[in-house]
Amino acid sequence: MSGPVTPEPLPGPAGEPPRIALKAGGRPILQVEDISLSFGGLKALDRVNLEIREGEILAIIGPNGAGKTSLLNVISGVYHPQQGRILFEGQDRTRFRPHAVANQGVARTFQNLGLFRAMTVLENLMTGRKKFIRTNFFLQAMFWGPAQKAEIEQRERVEQIIDFLGIEHIRKVPVGTLPYGMQKRVELGRALAAEPKLLLLDEPMAGMNLEEKEDISRFILDANEELGITIALIEHDMGVVMDICDRIVVLDYGSKIADGPPAEIRNHPDVIRAYLGTTDDQPPPASATGDITDRAGRAGGGPIEET
Amino acid sequence: MEEFLFFMEVLVSGLLQGFMYSVVALGFVLIIKSSGVFNFAQGSMCLFAALGMVSFWEAGIPFWLAVLLALLMMVVLAVAIERVVLRPLVARPPLILFMATIGLSFFLEGLAQGIWGTQPHGLDIGIPDRPFKGFPIDVSQFELFAAGVAILLVVGLVIFFHRTRIGRALRAVSDDHTAALSVGISLRMIWGVTWALAGMVALVAGILWGTRLGVQYSLTLIVLKALAVLILGGFNSITGAVVGGLIIGGSEKVAEVYLSLYFGLGGIESFFGYLLAMLVLFVRPYGLFGDEIIERV
Repeated sequence: MSGPVTPEPLPGPAGEPPRIALKAGGRPILQVEDISLSFGGLKALDRVNLEIREGEILAIIGPNGAGKTSLLNVISGVYHPQQGRILFEGQDRTRFRPHAVANQGVARTFQNLGLFRAMTVLENLMTGRKKFIRTNFFLQAMFWGPAQKAEIEQRERVEQIIDFLGIEHIRKVPVGTLPYGMQKRVELGRALAAEPKLLLLDEPMAGMNLEEKEDISRFILDANEELGITIALIEHDMGVVMDICDRIVVLDYGSKIADGPPAEIRNHPDVIRAYLGTTDDQPPPASATGDITDRAGRAGGGPIEET
Repeated sequence: MEEFLFFMEVLVSGLLQGFMYSVVALGFVLIIKSSGVFNFAQGSMCLFAALGMVSFWEAGIPFWLAVLLALLMMVVLAVAIERVVLRPLVARPPLILFMATIGLSFFLEGLAQGIWGTQPHGLDIGIPDRPFKGFPIDVSQFELFAAGVAILLVVGLVIFFHRTRIGRALRAVSDDHTAALSVGISLRMIWGVTWALAGMVALVAGILWGTRLGVQYSLTLIVLKALAVLILGGFNSITGAVVGGLIIGGSEKVAEVYLSLYFGLGGIESFFGYLLAMLVLFVRPYGLFGDEIIERV
């Protein structure tokens, strides 16, 4: 278990050639420095340090209750940490409120969906374009002049994203009536519509079947490669995480216990211990555990799936 | 035939009255949609707006300018309310915000008294509260005008909500606060806009009801009928406010006339709306058009 680990080739989501730590050298776009967050007596995050580098796909993993979503919420301004600071593109924005964070170029999705259920898919995506529309609302009300031009421009961008995600057929459907997997896709679309510099995804594949997971994996990779968006995601499906991520950060009981490329993380003794809950210092026998790819699903509550 | 015409006359006059209830109810709906708060101060805002408008007018300012000034005053008031009352209470439970609006209600009444005195004012906007001549049934010109204003108001709000970026943001906020923040919508801005809208609606309601009842302190009581409308139509639906107003206005008038005619009961109009609302509560607790709230246990 210890000693140097040779990176094994990992199967891509759709039989693609393996991707191994392609973009590890990017400069940090977001730095989390020594963050602590407690709710009453419960310490959700304990002196966490972390950086997200430009152009990478970073996974944040850890057993249930490890503080993954809390970390995402701190980054997106929903919670303000009691200690530590957050730098975005080198600037301190620890106490920014969520809408200000969003306007800086950080988009996110939610674990339990955060869509505007009464609105259509198109309208949901248009809310993502909010910061690009800057015309007088009296003109908008009359749909006239510069307002009309601006609206049409934004609509074009939104239509491209609708194309990209393959959801043309449900453009005018109220989101609340769509099946769960589709709603997840629409939520991703709304985040992409904001053309973010940093995209935070909280369990983008939770509750999806294999085929849907492959689709979303594809979109995440394309968003990263074609649109150049830096992505940080929380995911329980280790198969997916190992496949699509450049780097993995592991949290356990609010602390960071590991940080590195997938090949390193999957055999990291602390990570295996966190997932399997062994208390002794001896790593469990390899024959019984394999690596966390096989185990994390069970520990994290998600289904075990090999992609 | 005579009988039918009489029935139509009763019904139409009730429906037109219903539009006036709707205008009052709309003010509540706007604020509930954006911040989930039942605004106890809506009645005081109606009084405040109407009193301001009448005072400007009596001071010699032309009618439309006085309306515009009062509108501006309500916008300023809305911004002040957002700053002083709502902002410090952000993320508090709705009950706390509700308590704050009770305080606001008494503050506004006191402030209005301080500025404009306690005298009741008559308000005559030049449209007589009399039936048209030569119509088969008696329809008050003023009520017809009021209904027209109410319809314009609703159409305006619907266009605003569906066609503009701010309107879309408002709908987003009413749907999901957290998600709205995550796409960069500022709650403060939205609250400012909704309270300003509610203030404008209060001005319209204040002028319409002030014309009928006189601009005086009992004007705040017009919200009582709006309560029944909200319960019937649903607290967060514009359509509900309109349809609820029409149902209550129409049915209470018909009940008043016919029940007293055949059973000798009087004063039914004053409570029939509430009775109806209560019955609806049994069947649809969220109102006819309100969002069905499903809580998973």
